[in-house]
Amino acid sequence: MAVIFDRPKSLADVPTHYCPGCTHGIIHRLIAEVIDEMGIEGDTIGIAPVGCAVMAYDYFKCDMIEAAHGRAPATATGVKRALPDKFVFTYQGDGDCAAIGTAETVHAATRGENIVVIFVNNAIYGMTGGQMAPTSLPGQVTQTTPYGRDVSVAGNPIKMVEMLSVLDGVALAQRVAVNTVPHIREAKKAIRKAFENEKAKRGFSIIEVLSSCPTNWGVSPEVALQKIDEVMIPFYPLGAYKDVTAEGAK
Amino acid sequence: MERNLMKGNEALAEAAIRAGCKCFFGYPITPQTEIAAYLAKYMPKNGGVFLQAESEIAAINMVLGAASAGVRAMTSSSSPGISLKSEGVSYIAGSDLPCVIINVQRGGPGLGGIQPSQSDYWQATKALGHGDYQLLVYAPCSVQEMVDKVTLAFDMADEFRMPAMILADGLLGQMMEPVTFPERKTELPPKPWATNGHGFKREHNIVNSLYLVPEELENSILDRYKRYEVIKANHTEAESYLCDDADIVVTAYGAAARVAKSAVNRARAMGIKVGLFRPITLWPFPVKEINEACKNAKALLDVEMSMGQMIEDVKLAINCSKPVHFFGRTGGVIPSPDEVLGEIKKLSDSNQ
Amino acid sequence: MDHEILIAGFGGQGILFAGKLLVNLGLYEGKEVSWLPSYGPEMRGGTCNCSVCISDDPIGSPLVVNPNVLIVMNTPSLDKFIGKVQPNGLVIVDSSMVDSEIERTDVRVCKVPATALTDTDPDLKGGANIILAGKFLAECGFKSEEMIRKVFEKIVPPHKKGLIENNMKAIKIGMNYDTNA
Repeated sequence: MAVIFDRPKSLADVPTHYCPGCTHGIIHRLIAEVIDEMGIEGDTIGIAPVGCAVMAYDYFKCDMIEAAHGRAPATATGVKRALPDKFVFTYQGDGDCAAIGTAETVHAATRGENIVVIFVNNAIYGMTGGQMAPTSLPGQVTQTTPYGRDVSVAGNPIKMVEMLSVLDGVALAQRVAVNTVPHIREAKKAIRKAFENEKAKRGFSIIEVLSSCPTNWGVSPEVALQKIDEVMIPFYPLGAYKDVTAEGAK
Repeated sequence: MERNLMKGNEALAEAAIRAGCKCFFGYPITPQTEIAAYLAKYMPKNGGVFLQAESEIAAINMVLGAASAGVRAMTSSSSPGISLKSEGVSYIAGSDLPCVIINVQRGGPGLGGIQPSQSDYWQATKALGHGDYQLLVYAPCSVQEMVDKVTLAFDMADEFRMPAMILADGLLGQMMEPVTFPERKTELPPKPWATNGHGFKREHNIVNSLYLVPEELENSILDRYKRYEVIKANHTEAESYLCDDADIVVTAYGAAARVAKSAVNRARAMGIKVGLFRPITLWPFPVKEINEACKNAKALLDVEMSMGQMIEDVKLAINCSKPVHFFGRTGGVIPSPDEVLGEIKKLSDSNQ
Repeated sequence: MDHEILIAGFGGQGILFAGKLLVNLGLYEGKEVSWLPSYGPEMRGGTCNCSVCISDDPIGSPLVVNPNVLIVMNTPSLDKFIGKVQPNGLVIVDSSMVDSEIERTDVRVCKVPATALTDTDPDLKGGANIILAGKFLAECGFKSEEMIRKVFEKIVPPHKKGLIENNMKAIKIGMNYDTNA
C-alpha cells in the first residue's frame, strides 16, 4: 500500500514525552518538514530550551544542543558565529524566550543574528506544573495567579513579536497559531520563510506560535484549541509585524 | 626570539589567538578590558570572531555555543563578571565542552573594588557554579606565564573536554614585562563530538547536560571524575624556590608569590633559611610537590591577597602535619615585601 | 645598580609614557624590567603613578613601594611619596609644578622647572615628563641618544609620529639641564 503520510525524515522515530493534545508535536513536525524540504538536516544545528521542549534534542535528527534556561539565542549566536554557513534555530517556550531569556532574545534580534527563533507561546509554564508565564493573559488563573492574573500586581503580558518588530536587525517577526488546519498551513509558510531568510542571510527571524496546554489549562485538547481562537488570538493578533521580504529586501 | 614588552592582558589575548582561539565573547569590566580591546582589534584580522555580548551571562553561553560547534572559544572577565558566568560554566562542564575562561581578579564581595585581589580562589577551585565538577585552574605569576598558561589551557581543555581557567589578577593584567610568544598553532585536535552539522555522514551529535535518570547522571559524573584522576596524577605544576634546606616555606600563588619571592630573597640575605612554594595549577593542587618542597620545613607561611583561601588546600595537602601560618592583605591592597619579610622574621624568631 | 622608579603626577601629564620610555630603555639594555601603572576609575586629571623596575635579576614585586628614584610632577604626589624614598635615593622634581619644600636631607634632589621650560617652545608642549626623564637618564650616566630615538619610534603611536622629534628635543633639554647652575 502506498504511504501517503509519514514522519518527516528529520524527526527521530521515538515516542515524545509531550502530553496528549499538546501542540508541540505539530510544531516539531512543521520545522522538520521545512528542514526536509530544504534538504538542510545535515547542515542544521538546533538549540533546545529549558521547559517542556527540553528534550527536543532527542526528537530532531539534526545536531542538537541543550541550552541553559533562556540562553538559547546566546548559544545559537556562538554556534552561528563559529559556523556562519550552517543553519541554526532555537526552539523556546514563553518563559525561556520572554522572561528569563528576554535580554538574550532582544540582543540577538537587534544584532541581526542570522538565526531562526521558534517561540512557542502557550501562556503558561508547562513543565513546572502551570505557573504564570510572561504571556499569561489578564485574569488567567494559574498556580501562581490563583485569583487570576491581576495586572496591577503581576504586571502585563509581554507581546514579543510586536516589541521585536521595531528592531533593525529583525528580518521577520510573525505570529501564527496551530489550532486549525488553515492556521497550521500559515504557520508552516512562516517557518519556511524564516529558514529562507537564514539561507539568504537576511537577519533574525522569530516565529511566535500560539499553542495550547490542555493539561495546565485544565481543559480537553479540543477545548484548548478553541480557546486559542477565543482568548489567545484576540489578545495576541496573528500576522507578520515585520517582514523585510514584503517591504522589499533591505 | 624577540622580547616584546606587553601588558599581561594584551599578551594573554595575543597568546589566545596564537593558540588557535577562533571565538571570543566578552563584556567590559575593569581590570581585564584590555583583553577584549586587543581581541576586538586583532581577532578579525586573524580570521576569528570577536563579539561584545549584552552581558556576562550571554557571553558564556555564546562560548558554550561556539565550543559545541567545535572551535576554540574563550571569554574573560573580572570577579563580579565571573560570578555571572557561573551558570554557564556549570553547563559547559556538564556538557563536557572545552573552553578557556579568564578571571583577572579584583576585590570583592559585591562590586568590591577594582584593585588586584586573590579572593576568588575558592570560587575558581571549589564552586564556580552548581554540581559535581572541577575546572582546570592555572595561576600565572608573570606576563610570560600568562602566555604560556593560556596556550596550555586550550590544549588541556581540548584533551580532557572541560573548561580551563586562568586565574590572574589586576596586577598581572596591567603590568608590562618582556615576553616571547610561541608560533601560531595551525593543527588542532579533531572533535568528532561537535555539533557542527552531521552532513548525513554520522548520527546526530547532542551536546547536553540533562540526565533525568539518576544512574545515568551518576555515570556521566563518574566518567568525568576518572578524567580528573588522570589530570591529578599527571598534570600538576608548581615552582619550588630555595625550599631544599628551608626551615620556613612560604606558600603563595600569582602576584602574591612575586611579593613573597622578594621577601624570601631579602630574608635569605639575612641568613634566614626560607623558601617559596608556588602552585601553578590551583586545581589540581600540587600535593606531591608541596610535600616534597616542605619536607624539611618546620613551619609554613601562606601569603595571599585575600583573607586566606588557598591556605585550606595547603593544610589539606600536607595533612596538617606542620603549622601553617597566614599573612594576607585583602580588598585590593597588595602586600609589600617588607610586610612579608616581617612575618618571616617573626616566624624565624619563634622557631629558634 | 637596580632602579626601582616611581613616577607620579596628575593623569594627562604623561606619567605612564615616561615610564614606557624608561622600561623600554631597560629592555634594550638587556635588563630584567617591569612596568606597572596605577589604575583608577578616572581617565583624566586624577592622580596617577607608575612603577618601573630595571634590574640584573628577575623582578619580584613589580609594585614600587620604596623607590630609589622618585620623579614627581605635582605637589600631592611629592607629599605622598617623599617619605617612602630609600635613603640616598634620587628625587627629581618638576619645580614649576611643586611648591612643597623637601625636608629630607638623606636623598639627592634635582629640581627641574620642566613645565616652565616647555612654555618657551611650542614643540615642547606636553613634554615636561620627557624633560624629567632626560634628567634622570643624565643622572645615571645614560648617554645613547640613538637608543632613545629607537624607543620613541617604538612607543609613539603611528598617527603621532611627528612627535618623535619633539620628544628628542625635550629629552636633550632634560639631559643637559644643569641643576647646579
